[in-house]
Amino acid sequence: MSMTWYLAVSAVVFCIGMAGVLTRRNPLAILLCLELMLNASNLSLVAFARTHGNQDGQIFALIVMVVAACEVAIGLGLIVALYRRRLPIDVDELRELQG
Amino acid sequence: MMGLETFGWLILLCPLAGAVIVGLGFRVWPGKLAGVIGTAAIALSFAASIGALVALLDQPAEERQVVAVAWDYAKTAGVDAQLSILLDPLSIFMCLVVTGVSTLIHLYSISYMASDRGYSRFFAYLNFFVFSMLLLVLAGNFLLLIVGWAFVGAASYLLISFWFRRDTATRAGIKAFVINVVGDVGLVIGTYFIFKGTGTLDFLKTFEGVEEAFARNDGDLVAGCIGLLVGAFAKSAQVPLHTWLPDAMEGPTPVSALIHAATMVTAGVYLIARMHPLFEQAPAAADVGAIVGCATLLIAGTIAVVVTDLKRVIAYSTMSQIGYMIMAVSSAAYAAGLFHLMTHAFFKALLFMAAGSVIAAMAGNQNLDQMGGFRRAMPFTFACMVIGGLALSGFPGLSGFFSKDEILALVAERGGWHVILAVLGFVGSLLTAVYTFRMIFRAFEGRLVEPARELMRGQLYHAPEHTNPATGEVEDTEVGFPGADHHIAEREGTMKVAMGALAVLSVVGGLLQIPHVTDVLHSFLAPTFESSRYYEELEPSTGATLIGLLTGAALSIGGIAIAYVLWVRDPKRPAALRERLSGAHRVFSNKWYFDEIIERLVVRPFAWFGRFARNTFERLVISGLFMGGATTTVRAGSSAVRAAQTGFLRYYAALVLLGLTGLGAYFLVAGS
Repeated sequence: MSMTWYLAVSAVVFCIGMAGVLTRRNPLAILLCLELMLNASNLSLVAFARTHGNQDGQIFALIVMVVAACEVAIGLGLIVALYRRRLPIDVDELRELQG
Repeated sequence: MMGLETFGWLILLCPLAGAVIVGLGFRVWPGKLAGVIGTAAIALSFAASIGALVALLDQPAEERQVVAVAWDYAKTAGVDAQLSILLDPLSIFMCLVVTGVSTLIHLYSISYMASDRGYSRFFAYLNFFVFSMLLLVLAGNFLLLIVGWAFVGAASYLLISFWFRRDTATRAGIKAFVINVVGDVGLVIGTYFIFKGTGTLDFLKTFEGVEEAFARNDGDLVAGCIGLLVGAFAKSAQVPLHTWLPDAMEGPTPVSALIHAATMVTAGVYLIARMHPLFEQAPAAADVGAIVGCATLLIAGTIAVVVTDLKRVIAYSTMSQIGYMIMAVSSAAYAAGLFHLMTHAFFKALLFMAAGSVIAAMAGNQNLDQMGGFRRAMPFTFACMVIGGLALSGFPGLSGFFSKDEILALVAERGGWHVILAVLGFVGSLLTAVYTFRMIFRAFEGRLVEPARELMRGQLYHAPEHTNPATGEVEDTEVGFPGADHHIAEREGTMKVAMGALAVLSVVGGLLQIPHVTDVLHSFLAPTFESSRYYEELEPSTGATLIGLLTGAALSIGGIAIAYVLWVRDPKRPAALRERLSGAHRVFSNKWYFDEIIERLVVRPFAWFGRFARNTFERLVISGLFMGGATTTVRAGSSAVRAAQTGFLRYYAALVLLGLTGLGAYFLVAGS
C-alpha cells in the first residue's frame, strides 16, 4: 500500500480541523478541531516513519501527543474559568484585546 | 621629627576632619562641644603651620620651594593633573595668617554664637571654609587652585545665608555665589590660556616655562592674566565685581570677620602674588590690576564715609584696604601687599569682633544712627575698637601705619604714572581715617542710647520685637534669630581672649617690617619671589621713605581730627555739610550706582534672554519641533499597527495559516 493514501487521509483530516478552527465560534469546538489537526499531522509522521523504517517520526508523534494533552488541559481550564465568570462562551464576543 | 610635607598635609587635614566630625555629629554634640571641636581643629592646623614654618626654615634658602604630591589624577601626554601642594614661604605665610586668625575667630564664635540654633552647623561650615581656603593657598597646580577657589565660594555662600529663613540673607548668599562663579569662570579661562602656552598645570613648571612660552605682553598671556584678574576681582571684591561684599554682611558677625575681612577676600591678593612671574611677563595685565585696585580703594572709601550700617562701614573699609593690596601686588610691591594683608587681617578681624559685640548689645540692630554713648558701657570693646581703628587709619607706630605706607612708598618708587596711584592712595588713607573714626565716634560717643543705659545698669537690652537689621521688618524667631541671649565681649571670656590677642597683634604686627630697621617678612618671602624682576630692586631711598611715613602720619592724624570735629565737637556740622554737598552725598550713599548699573547692563538683558529662551525658543523649537515632531511620528505609526489587532481569534488563526502556507510555498518553490 503506498504512502499516498495515508497522506491523503491526513490532509483531509487536517483540512477538516482547519475549517473547524476558522469557522466555529465555540471554544470547545475549536479545541477539538485543533486536536484533529494535530492528529492529522501525527498520522503523516507515523506514515513517514513506517516508510523510511526509522523510529524518529514515531517519537515525534509521541511528543506531539504530550503537547496536545498539555494544550487541552490549559484550554479546558480556560473554558471552565470563562464559564465560572459567566462570560459568553463565544470567541467572537471575547475580543477585548483589540487595538 | 616630622618633615615639611607631613606638616603641609596636616594643615589641610585638620580642618577637614573638624568639618566632618562636627557636621556628622551635629545632632549629638551637647552644649558648646561642637565649637570646641571646631576650634581645636583649626588650632591644630595652626600648630601644623608653625611646624611647617620651622621645617621650612631648616632648609637652605634655595630649597625652600617644595612640591608634595599625594597622587596623580591623570598623567597623560600634555596633562599633568596631580593632587599636589606647594610649600614655599608664600603659602606657609598665608597658612599662618589664615589659621592663626581663624583660630581666634573660632574662639570668639564659641561664645558669640552660643545661643544660636544652628551652632553645630555653624562650626561645620566654618571649618569647611578654612579647609577650602587652605586648599586654595596650598594648591601646587592650577587644577587644585580652581577646586579650592570654588570651594571657598561655596563655603561663603553657605555662611552668608546661614540664617536661611531671612530673605535678605539668602538673596545676599545667592548674589555672592553668582559673582564668585563669574570669577571662577574667569580663573578657568585664564588657566586655559596659560596652559595653552606652557603645556603644564604645575605652578613651578609654569613659572619656569613662562618666559620661553610667551613673549613680553604676548596677547595670549595678557588674556590669561586678565582671566586670572577677573577671578581675583570677584573674590577680593574689586570694582566692578564688588557688590556682593556689602550684602554679605547679612551673615553672622564672626563670618564677616573671618571671610569678609581676614581670609577669603585676600585670595585675590594671594593669587596675583603667586602668579607674579606671569604678571611680570604681561605688564599690561598688571597695570589693569593696579588701576582697578586704586579705583576700588577710592570708591569704597567714599562710600564708607556715608554708610550708616555699622558692619557695612567696615565692609567698605575692607574693600578699600584690599584695593591697596591689589594695587601693591600688581605694582610688584609683593612683600608690602602681603604685609598689609597680614596686618589688615589682624585689625579688621578685631574691628568686626568689636562691632559684633556692639551689635549684640544693640540686640541685633546695626544702624549707626541709633547707636551712641557705648564708651562707658563697653570699655573693653571700646578699647579694642579704638586700637583696631587706629591701626586701620595708619596711626604712627601701629601695624597699619607701616604696612600701608610701605605699599605707597613702593608704588611711588615704580615711577611713571604709578606716582598718581600712590598720591590717590594717600587721599584714600585720609578717607580711611575719617570713616573709621566717624564710625567709632558715632557708636561710642554722643548721646546715651537705651541699650547703653541698660548695660550700665548691668542688664542686657532686648528688643521688643525681633527685626531684620537690614529692612526693619519683624521676623519669626524660628531660624535666623541670633538667639534670646546676646553675648558681648565684656561678659564672655573667650571673646575677650580672642579680641585681646588680635589687639596686641594689631599693635605689634607692624614691627616685622619697619623700613630700614627690620626686614623679617621681606627676607622670609624672598625665595618665592627670587625670579621677580622688581623684588630686590624696588627699594625706596631713606628720604622718600621718611616723607612717605610723615605724610601718612599727618594724614591719619588729620583724618581723625576731621572726624572728631565733625562728629563729636560739632555734631550739627555733618548735616549742614550733607546739604551743601548733596550731589556727592547722593552718589556715595547710592554706592556709586553700581548695583543699578549692573542691574541694567547685565541682569536685565540676561533675564530678558532667559524669558526669550523659555517663551519662544523652548515653546516653538524644543516643545514644538523636536518633541512635537517625535510624538506625532510615533503616534501615527502606532495607530497604523494597532489597526491589525482586531481581537477576532479566527482572524489571527487565518493570518497564522496564511503566513505558514506562504512560507511553505516559498520553500517548495525555492527547493525545486
